[in-house]
Amino acid sequence: VMFCRLLSVVGRQRTSPGWQNWSSARSSTSAAEARSVALPMQAQVVICGGGIMGTSVAYHLSKMGWKDIVLLEQGRLAAGSTRFCAGILSTARHLTIEQKMADYSNKLYHQLEQETGIQTGYTRTGSVFLAQTQDRLISLKRINSKLNVIGIPSEIISPKKVAELHHLLNVHDLVGAMHVPEDAVVSSADVALALASAASQNGVQIYDRTSVLHVMVKKGQVTGVETDKGQIECQYFVNCAGQWAYELGLSNEEPVSIPLHACEHFYLLTRPLETPLQSSTPTIVDADGRIYIRNWQGGILSGGFERNPKPIFTEGKNQLEIQNLQEDWDHFEPLLSSLLRRMPELESLEIMKLVNCPETFTPDMRCIMGESPAVQGYFVLAGMNSAGLSFGGGAGKYLAEWMVHGYPSENVWELDLKRFGALQSSRTFLRHRVMEVMPLMYDLKVPRWDFQTGRQLRTSPLYDRLDAQGARWMEKHGFERPKYFVPPDKDLLALEQSKTFYKPDWFDIVESEVKCCKEAVCVIDMSSFTKFEITSTGDQALEVLQYLFSNDLDVPVGHIVHTGMLNEVGGYENDCSIARLSKRSFFMISPTDQQVHCWAWLKKHMPKDSNLLLEDVTWKYTALNLIGPRAVDVLSELSYAPMTPDHFPSLFCKEMSVGYANGIRVMSMTHTGEPGFMLYIPIEYALHVYNEVMSVGQKYGIRNAGYYALRSLRIEKFFAFWGQDINNLTTPLECGRESRVKLEKGMDFIGRDALLQQKQNGVYKRFTMFILDNHDTDLDLWPWWGEPIYRNGQYVGKTTSSAYSYSLERHVCLGFVHNFSEDTGEEQVVTADFINRGEYEIDIAGYRFQAKAKLYPVASLFTHKRRKDDMELSDLHGK
Amino acid sequence: MCVCPGPRRIGIPVRSSSLPLFSDAMPAPTQLFFPLIRNCELSRIYGTACYCHHKHLCCSSPYVTQSRLRYTPHPAYATFCRPKENWWQYTQGRRYASTPQKFYLTPPQVNSILKANEYSFKVPEFDGKNVSSILGFDSNQLPANAPIEDRRSAATCLQTRGMLLGVFDGHAGCACSQAVSERLFYYIAVSLLPHETLLEIENAVESGRALLPILQWHKHPNDYFSKEASKLYFNSLRTYWQELIDLNTGESTDIDVKEALINAFKRLDNDISLEAQVGDPNSFLNYLVLRVAFSGATACVAHVDGVDLHVANTGDSRAMLGVQEEDGSWSAVTLSNDHNAQNERELERLKLEHPKSEAKSVVKQDRLLGLLMPFRAFGDVKFKWSIDLQKRVIESGPDQLNDNEYTKFIPPNYHTPPYLTAEPEVTYHRLRPQDKFLVLATDGLWETMHRQDVVRIVGEYLTGMHHQQPIAVGGYKVTLGQMHGLLTERRTKMSSVFEDQNAATHLIRHAVGNNEFGTVDHERLSKMLSLPEELARMYRDDITIIVVQFNSHVVGAYQNQE
Repeated sequence: VMFCRLLSVVGRQRTSPGWQNWSSARSSTSAAEARSVALPMQAQVVICGGGIMGTSVAYHLSKMGWKDIVLLEQGRLAAGSTRFCAGILSTARHLTIEQKMADYSNKLYHQLEQETGIQTGYTRTGSVFLAQTQDRLISLKRINSKLNVIGIPSEIISPKKVAELHHLLNVHDLVGAMHVPEDAVVSSADVALALASAASQNGVQIYDRTSVLHVMVKKGQVTGVETDKGQIECQYFVNCAGQWAYELGLSNEEPVSIPLHACEHFYLLTRPLETPLQSSTPTIVDADGRIYIRNWQGGILSGGFERNPKPIFTEGKNQLEIQNLQEDWDHFEPLLSSLLRRMPELESLEIMKLVNCPETFTPDMRCIMGESPAVQGYFVLAGMNSAGLSFGGGAGKYLAEWMVHGYPSENVWELDLKRFGALQSSRTFLRHRVMEVMPLMYDLKVPRWDFQTGRQLRTSPLYDRLDAQGARWMEKHGFERPKYFVPPDKDLLALEQSKTFYKPDWFDIVESEVKCCKEAVCVIDMSSFTKFEITSTGDQALEVLQYLFSNDLDVPVGHIVHTGMLNEVGGYENDCSIARLSKRSFFMISPTDQQVHCWAWLKKHMPKDSNLLLEDVTWKYTALNLIGPRAVDVLSELSYAPMTPDHFPSLFCKEMSVGYANGIRVMSMTHTGEPGFMLYIPIEYALHVYNEVMSVGQKYGIRNAGYYALRSLRIEKFFAFWGQDINNLTTPLECGRESRVKLEKGMDFIGRDALLQQKQNGVYKRFTMFILDNHDTDLDLWPWWGEPIYRNGQYVGKTTSSAYSYSLERHVCLGFVHNFSEDTGEEQVVTADFINRGEYEIDIAGYRFQAKAKLYPVASLFTHKRRKDDMELSDLHGK
Repeated sequence: MCVCPGPRRIGIPVRSSSLPLFSDAMPAPTQLFFPLIRNCELSRIYGTACYCHHKHLCCSSPYVTQSRLRYTPHPAYATFCRPKENWWQYTQGRRYASTPQKFYLTPPQVNSILKANEYSFKVPEFDGKNVSSILGFDSNQLPANAPIEDRRSAATCLQTRGMLLGVFDGHAGCACSQAVSERLFYYIAVSLLPHETLLEIENAVESGRALLPILQWHKHPNDYFSKEASKLYFNSLRTYWQELIDLNTGESTDIDVKEALINAFKRLDNDISLEAQVGDPNSFLNYLVLRVAFSGATACVAHVDGVDLHVANTGDSRAMLGVQEEDGSWSAVTLSNDHNAQNERELERLKLEHPKSEAKSVVKQDRLLGLLMPFRAFGDVKFKWSIDLQKRVIESGPDQLNDNEYTKFIPPNYHTPPYLTAEPEVTYHRLRPQDKFLVLATDGLWETMHRQDVVRIVGEYLTGMHHQQPIAVGGYKVTLGQMHGLLTERRTKMSSVFEDQNAATHLIRHAVGNNEFGTVDHERLSKMLSLPEELARMYRDDITIIVVQFNSHVVGAYQNQE
């Protein structure tokens, strides 16, 4: 029944494509109102949300063979943001994963009409991204490089060429543009209806005017859905509720935090031009003017992302469908000015309507997908940052793969719901943050940008102390971390001015911090690291850790082991250091943003054993990293204990007293390859220990340092960081960490089979370090991450991180090298020989720089002896 | 509205020959002397001058310049005429120079002047909930006198509930308004304290223990307290609470806020008077208490406790409630009566308090004894003490006082003192959810702006809404170009709203800069603010404003409790 009705809706719409069909859609559903359809008692999957996300997930799940699916929509299908969407499909995204999703969507929508017989209004118009400034052009060139290597055609064009592509454009203030010829426009509502129709043909049952009240959960597992029309038992629930995903997530007994928030979004519709615009007219994105412009029924459709967005529905005001919210012309004025500057001839064009359609935004401008860390079987796909149409197809596919196979075919950590915790779920935080995120859509995205809103949420007890000493802060997972310390006599540029793709203004500051780490001693507050303790009454802790981690953890008490928490395919779910505190307790240090993910993984895989205790002790310890050759002297003076390598070997952990404070966990590692110690200090002692360290350290030239110095130190030594360089599709063998895997430790561990096989077959990608050769630090564009790597002129992979090495006086990039077959493009085994016998180039915004590839770090960086002759007076200066 | 600030608060006809005495000895009274000369005439002149200039600041009519020039030979105008040359150049420049802009302040300069004294206080929230009926307040003041004679105070009562806010308009110097701004709230707070608390405080003083704090002040850094007099003031206050303790009959009764306010006002004025009569061995303090007593100040104080709003007013400052009607529009509810010649009841009161024979002289030319504009005030012992007492105090007082013509001068027809009282008129209002804010301001504001405009401007500012109706295209044929023109015009109107983070600043911007269309005219604003010190007072009075914002949720909750 549902399917027939759906087709009738679609059928009627077909007669009048585009906007006019709203009224017909409305009338057809009101006719259906009288009908009451009984919901099924149970299903395998219940999807909530009949927009493009929900229908895409249903479509892909049903294609992959899952048939027992129910899709519920509280109003009518495709009636939310999907209906009001501007209908622009654009593949020019900043993240590769987003580019891939958009590319897939493009291909999917292209053939959808053929597949379903439903008109989607798909027109390949191409799009043109304008640059008013050189910086914008650099940004576009970076995207252009990335698009090309994944096979999306695009090119950088001159203003003159822009004028040829669109005759209404004023191009006098442009420095260039990027043309993406295969981008398209499409009616998103019709796409959603087509997807729904196809899914319905594959057996998906669709019910509209049915609201999900809450999801029923038992023992951390989805058991069913409570709707206003009754209950449905199910194993999987997919929250595709768009703007209402947040509220729906909170409605559970065990709330699922889905941090997103809506902002009003405006676009303008006009009557047709005197000579109507052709339907193939390309879409224009003028990010510097904050607007987009597409042709629409011979006229134009133009909206944008203003500087001063209007957040909406903060208090969760619920509306079944987005009714036409107020048109706010005064608010639209800057965008209108911008439009008329770009297309002066439009002055005389008649206005049809100003549409106000709220869009959802997330705290980091990336969409949200994946499984809830708290509730198994609860999946989410929402928070599209106004790119729902572009991502819809691809995101739906990845989520379907995730549900069916347990993981998607691409690494989606950047989009994973588990990158957030409950700490991002405050309404106030979201409201403030999205007001920053929405303008950021069209702001220049420069390296090392930090959000300004929603800050100072989690801080170390030393925050004020460090701030007073000139600390500049960045935020990770809500935690404030020092980037570097501005000396009292130095002024840095204002925030806006410091945006650059070139050498940043903190270069000298970080240099002196790095130098101090190498020659004296620095202290870095690294309290943000995620810290877990696992203890048991018997051997359970060891047993479970041996099963979850690839390295051998059955080491003597006091030893620290670097190890990975791998998945079935041998990829890193987490990369951590584990100290054995006693026979039965372990202290686990993971990256900051692992707090939710790692916890969920451990909880999922640990046996339910009351004798096994897992505790998140992140908040209990302040972590100070003492880096440098004099760290030994500082610590031994403070503890009256010998700290030399004979007494305190590397990768060793001991509880000792520092100053007056007892019970400080001192570990001989620094996460940088430099000598030194990590101090894990119970927070009440933090200030004392810090003060003691600083006062004793004075004579050894101690100073504060920040994460930028740390990054430079670790990257020049080829240290990979999880989340940045390695992810759940990277195995230890691919990044030269065979030594951290003990395949023969006497018991099985997750991922062992995959690694054994890989060891036999060889790896298909290899983590490699590149040292840029002909790169001028002062004058050339700096590498960031995501730059394409070319071997003998062939694309082989992308960089994952980069930093300037003050010791090598060169830029160092880390990245993966693949071996694509020249004939088929298939991946082949990468050998050391393959790496070594290649000429490499790194593509930074279209400029290629020669690079030397290395599989092992530069040895000279690990020798710290300075010769007597090299000493100079400045060595006596306090740092 | 085109009212000029016009005449001074006090005008005393002094023989012009006695004028050149002033200035060096007493800083404050310099301000006094210009208008002392021939009050009525001058005010007329000022009036006309201001009238002309008010509307057309830029193109001064020759008449005005002439009318000024007519008086230049007069010795009394020595100071007054100094600015004349500037003024002349100024108008000339405006007329003939091709680049008149060079006389304008830039918008940032204007802002820095307007914002110099702004202060905002937000009632802290606990657990995301503000349980106070007050959200916070914005205050600001713009001097016309140098130094400014207005004062403001705001404080939270710590031993009782409620918040006190007040504006004080000084005349004949700032000594009295300063003293009242420091002291009055303590008198009020003490009057409100229950017997046990008073005892506890007194015992603590007696045994040298730490005292309970009574007030939490919310002050702008420029709002200073006099360190020197602090001990003296404390002793007077202590005497007051000691008397309160003694008076207590033991049966605890609910303290009536209205009564407390009246008592506090009267008591403080009494103490000011007494301190001046008794004098102080310290010559600085002695001079200070005399200056306080011989100058004057009006006071308008609000006490907000939950939904109970009391306004105690003495003089011609005003408290205005901003009420939002159901349709979103704003209306003004006056919560105080001006005590001046425009108030029939005050005229009546004065006539009743004095013999029939004085009926004609007690108020002359709309002034008390032909001199004082407000009919109630703190200080001003010249209108309170007997002639004997005045003479005795002045003679025994310091030389500076003795040399001062103003203090020595006895008002005409001075037969049955006191003519002046500090007793406030107290109004009570029970807050309703539609009562969104309260504006307390000195007459400097009210004489330039109508109360309805004041409330509308603040209301629109606080709600972020502009009275401009949102535009809807709905069916009309509008082109993008037309719409763009319309929007640009509307934005320029709006821009002044966004410049201010403080409602009081926003109000001052309008008060000083409004043109005949009721919108802020930057050119005008810039001119008004760049007037030389000596001229400023002729075009405007000191303006002091406190805007208290109420928490409708809390107020509504109170209502629902019943």
